[in-house]
Amino acid sequence: MKKTLVLLFLSVLFLGAKAQSDLPNVTLKNLDGETINITELQNDGKPFVMTFWATWCGPCVKEHNALSEIYQDWQDETGVKIFAVSIDDSRSTPRIKPFVEGKGWEFDVLLDVNKDLARAMNVSNPPHTFLFDGNGKMVYQHTGYFEGAEEELYEEILKLVE
Amino acid sequence: MRRILLSLAFVFCATTLFAQIENSQVNGSFQIDGQYYKVDEAIGITSETIKGQKVGLNGFGKINYSLGNFTAGIRYEAFQTPLSGFDTRLQGFGIANYYASYDNGTVAVTLGDIYDQFGNGFIFRTYEEWALGFDNALRGMRVIYRPAAGVTLKALFGKQRLYWVEYGDAAKRGVVRGIDGEWDLNQSFETLNNTKFRATVGGSFVSKYQKNTNTTYTIPENVGAFDGRVNLGYGRFAFTTEYAYKINDPSAFNNYTFNAGQAILASLSYSQKGFGVIAQVKRVDNMSFKSDYKGVKNDLDINFIPPINYTHTHSLPAIYSYATQPLGEMAMQLQVNYTIPKNTIIGGKYGTKITADFSMVNDIKRNYILAEGQEAPTHIAGNSGTLGYTSPFFAVGDRKFFHDFNIELERRLNKKWKLIAQYINLYYDMDIIENHPGAPVVKANIAFVDLSYRITSKQSVRFELQHLWDNINKGNTTEESTFGHEDVYKKRGNWAAALVEYTIAPKWFVSVADKYNYGNPIAGNRDHYYTASVGYIKESTRIVLTGGRQSEGMVCVGGVCRVVPASSGFSLSITTSF
Repeated sequence: MKKTLVLLFLSVLFLGAKAQSDLPNVTLKNLDGETINITELQNDGKPFVMTFWATWCGPCVKEHNALSEIYQDWQDETGVKIFAVSIDDSRSTPRIKPFVEGKGWEFDVLLDVNKDLARAMNVSNPPHTFLFDGNGKMVYQHTGYFEGAEEELYEEILKLVE
Repeated sequence: MRRILLSLAFVFCATTLFAQIENSQVNGSFQIDGQYYKVDEAIGITSETIKGQKVGLNGFGKINYSLGNFTAGIRYEAFQTPLSGFDTRLQGFGIANYYASYDNGTVAVTLGDIYDQFGNGFIFRTYEEWALGFDNALRGMRVIYRPAAGVTLKALFGKQRLYWVEYGDAAKRGVVRGIDGEWDLNQSFETLNNTKFRATVGGSFVSKYQKNTNTTYTIPENVGAFDGRVNLGYGRFAFTTEYAYKINDPSAFNNYTFNAGQAILASLSYSQKGFGVIAQVKRVDNMSFKSDYKGVKNDLDINFIPPINYTHTHSLPAIYSYATQPLGEMAMQLQVNYTIPKNTIIGGKYGTKITADFSMVNDIKRNYILAEGQEAPTHIAGNSGTLGYTSPFFAVGDRKFFHDFNIELERRLNKKWKLIAQYINLYYDMDIIENHPGAPVVKANIAFVDLSYRITSKQSVRFELQHLWDNINKGNTTEESTFGHEDVYKKRGNWAAALVEYTIAPKWFVSVADKYNYGNPIAGNRDHYYTASVGYIKESTRIVLTGGRQSEGMVCVGGVCRVVPASSGFSLSITTSF
């Protein structure tokens, strides 16, 4: 039985479809409690970034501070939008809004309280950053954050708007 | 069981046939953590813990397949043998998780292993934390119905996963069933959207059924739990509250007491750009809820009561991290986030970010119902077979379990240097939190500095320095006084830690670190935990090789945070997704 399943699993992998590049059908809330279906995320035909982070994740906070410093410039130059998906669980859900506002971040924050989106997008360890083109197709992803990593992301964004 | 597998196999066959259809998509991920062990008795890696096997391995691979409204997935896991620090019941391999679901926006049906949460999870939460070896997925069925904008109704039932243990009959493991409803008023009443007012209300009911096999007590076979919640917002203010009530549910965990359980959490926050403040209060009384009344530790937890204190991820404060006491606690938390604007005297050229946080947890007040001659217990819920105790709702118990005051500053010093500094004051009742009767309380001060220097636009170097001052230290506690209680002193005394990391963004990193418990009252415990790591990251693939000695806990190196077990030797970790 198990062998059959593994074989099927592999056949899906090798004979099957293209790798996922579309947004998965998952519904999340934003900081105002509004529900948002991820398949409907868009940025008026311009590229957008989706970052997975948590309030307790130091590298994530560094990445978002770095992105926050240059977000206005990026928006002026490319019109890119950043959706910051928090994978904090109910330990810190009510603290996210004062945290984000207190840091002065201007991203669109989404709450993935039980990691539904993280699971659907195969995010194992935060931070994990995805770039989508204007049609909502994923074109680039990167896990982890080091000082200066935002520059490669920006090069990828520039490729999409040129 | 077999039938479910067969039908799933059929679904996979069918989907394979459809795979040529242009819209079908596949994604997945894969992770493998391997460890080559050296016996290192000083840090608890004995030939007993590694059971003669020199290599530990935790791995998983998962595939999700989607075609329009249809999604299916499967996850294979292998623990051969589980890494040290993980529950030994994980030993084994096989298909641990599978599901198929259809969602057309109005109705969604999922069959197989389900992860979901009602509200904060007070009466229902199934989730998976790979890094901790935790998975309580509900194997069964779920229907979600969205009859109108803003209204979500859910119903589900099934049995929960416990490692690789057979699901068994209704005596071995209970059936869990639940319903949940949530209504976002702003989506139903257009006029509300012209005001600053926002409101969401929700409620749930969860029940478990388990056949009673206990010969001493009449254990209720059906246990119900109710939950109600309200989220209100007005402009920059937000108020959320949730209350849960569980009927009598005697279990091994609560020493077979028959009183009802309750939990309440309320949060009030205010935020505007550059400033956010939040206050939270929580009361938990006898809220352990498991689908097996004989369950211990985290086995078969149906619910999740969130701790509300600050989550530390730096290695020294993470030594003493708090976990919710489901049998009873009164907790509060206050957090302020503030950005001192740039180009001000205090804020400096780039601005300064400040976070201050205070949290405190006490026991609830209990008036014990005791058997003749029985003394009041300090931790468990009282005399088994009775209500156990009565507890006035608003009274705070005398015993303090935990407090944490911390303040963090984050500032860019100039174009090249960035600084994060944190001071933490901790109070940690090891007796209660780690269940070590008689262990002395930890009163510690911790200082943390993270300094990064940008060499070029892509290369940087980061220094991390930490020190922990413990109230019990080699200077004031003799080794003789620890005799007979060695396990309580394993990590006590002062610690110093340092880390240097060199990164070439976004692909490479090298780091070396040492952590030294130099103040341990027991000379044999004054250990160094030194590690060296090198890692390569390309897109979603991450490969890290680590050598040295690792103490267990959260580790944030190489740009991500993960929980790691104690180990000595070499480890290789590979993570990828597609």
